Amino acid sequence: MIITVASGKGGTGKTTVAVNMALSLENVQLLDCDVEEPNSHILLQPRIHETKPVYTKFPVISEELCDYCGKCSKFCAYNALFVAPKTVMVFPELCHSCGGCALVCPKNAITEKERQIGTIKKGEAKGVELVYGELKVGEAMAVPLIREVKKQIKNNKTVIIDAPPGTACSLVASVHNSDYCILVAEPTPFGLHDLKITVQVLKELGVPMGVIINRAGLGDRKVYEYCKKEKVPLLLEIPFSKQIAELYSRGIPFAVEMPEWKKKFQKILDNI
Amino acid sequence: MVKQITVLSGKGGTGKTSLVGSLAALTKKTVMTDCDVDAPDLHLLLKPEILQTQEFKASRVAVMDEKKCIQCGKCEEHCRFGAIEKLVIDPILCEGCGVCAYVCPVEAIELRERISGYAFISRTKYGPMSHARLNPGEENSGKLVSLVRQNAKKIAETENCELIINDGPPGIGCPVIAAVGGVDLGLIVVEPSLSGIHDMKRALGLLIHFKIPSLVCVNKYDINEENTDRIVEFCRSNSVEVVGKIPFDTLVTEAMVAGKSIVDYSPKSRVSEAIAELWKRTLENI
Repeated sequence: MIITVASGKGGTGKTTVAVNMALSLENVQLLDCDVEEPNSHILLQPRIHETKPVYTKFPVISEELCDYCGKCSKFCAYNALFVAPKTVMVFPELCHSCGGCALVCPKNAITEKERQIGTIKKGEAKGVELVYGELKVGEAMAVPLIREVKKQIKNNKTVIIDAPPGTACSLVASVHNSDYCILVAEPTPFGLHDLKITVQVLKELGVPMGVIINRAGLGDRKVYEYCKKEKVPLLLEIPFSKQIAELYSRGIPFAVEMPEWKKKFQKILDNI
Repeated sequence: MVKQITVLSGKGGTGKTSLVGSLAALTKKTVMTDCDVDAPDLHLLLKPEILQTQEFKASRVAVMDEKKCIQCGKCEEHCRFGAIEKLVIDPILCEGCGVCAYVCPVEAIELRERISGYAFISRTKYGPMSHARLNPGEENSGKLVSLVRQNAKKIAETENCELIINDGPPGIGCPVIAAVGGVDLGLIVVEPSLSGIHDMKRALGLLIHFKIPSLVCVNKYDINEENTDRIVEFCRSNSVEVVGKIPFDTLVTEAMVAGKSIVDYSPKSRVSEAIAELWKRTLENI
């Protein structure tokens, strides 16, 4: 079973839920797909046993073969190639590695090279197997790295995916093929607004979902009313508590210090 | 020349938008933008009246005509995004590159433009605002951020504004790069948690990578003062100025529920005073 933890709005507690849930279950693999700002490893403190670079392809033009016909730049949907009368400029950071330019080149002047966009790290802590990606600072594209992280999924385990914030392509890449999505929402106007957009994405993707309300007690009741109206089940409430916030700030998962929460996370899995 | 500041954080939910909402109330002759185009929230505080809506068409999607398809499988073989499975195109995974249409021997695939979102030019009670809405699940958020910033520049010129304040998205990837490119200053909002510190370092790395001067402010600094001291120490040893420390107060959430920035909702509060002070110090840096 693959469960993704998502939120739309940042900082609502995705990583907190993903890590505490992983620590509450048996035979778990946790994948941190927030490759721009991965945080699961901060809470888990894993022993890393494998680090591998992730590459993406980009075109290299042979100036000897190229006759500057411009077909490649005309084909490229991402403006990653610019052909001037006597030179071709390549912008690797805009390239999506579709391979189209090399296909359309009539002179076979284009080959593809690889460049590193990030790293995948694998480790283990407290019985949880962790895989996370780390995008290189200055790199724009997270999706290819997210796909690589997801290639590490082990089918014989319960897989928990910690998704990035937002509702764009990185979220879609993370949640794709999940059996269930847990949405972590804050009971505030910002939380509600971004929850609504995320629910819309998941409905389009056809992924079943439920909501965990974090920092319950803050804000207002509108998130509850919305969930009721949209028939999105409320899975759990985590209260706004200074103790939990304080533990988080020190990088300690609260289910470790407050083990009564482990049962609550186990129950969620039983119910979905 | 119009000056530009982008507020960013790396980690989400550290208080970027709450801060930017307050800055709108503290500034004059300023264009506000919301560059978090896939989860925008600034409009909930600034309540803009939309004057102009632009369709944002930046991507295409492959559509197959099953009647023409001869099931040769070339499209599936060449698609690098895994968007074609058993000869069915998944529009969500399709990145619109056009390779499938190119390799199809019978022209059964066509690329259609899709509307990826909308850009808005608006007026708020504090002044002009440029913002946008990416359609759920879309890509090209970076391009939409660039459009929001272009619109803001145009408004700044026609309305004689001196400053543009951009509310940035979380993360350090494509939309953040689009939100910080060419700005005069990046202001990082960090919360004193280990995750917050980790993400601040990466956000700072991004600003340094693009040679953008940076400032830091600590939000909810009293949640963990030991970590706040660490942030201050880290910034000092890296020659980055910490322009302010904002205390934690549930008043900020109350203000949000009331649809107001904290500076409007409770101008005499400790939080509002801290924001006014950090803003004064920020302006000394541009």
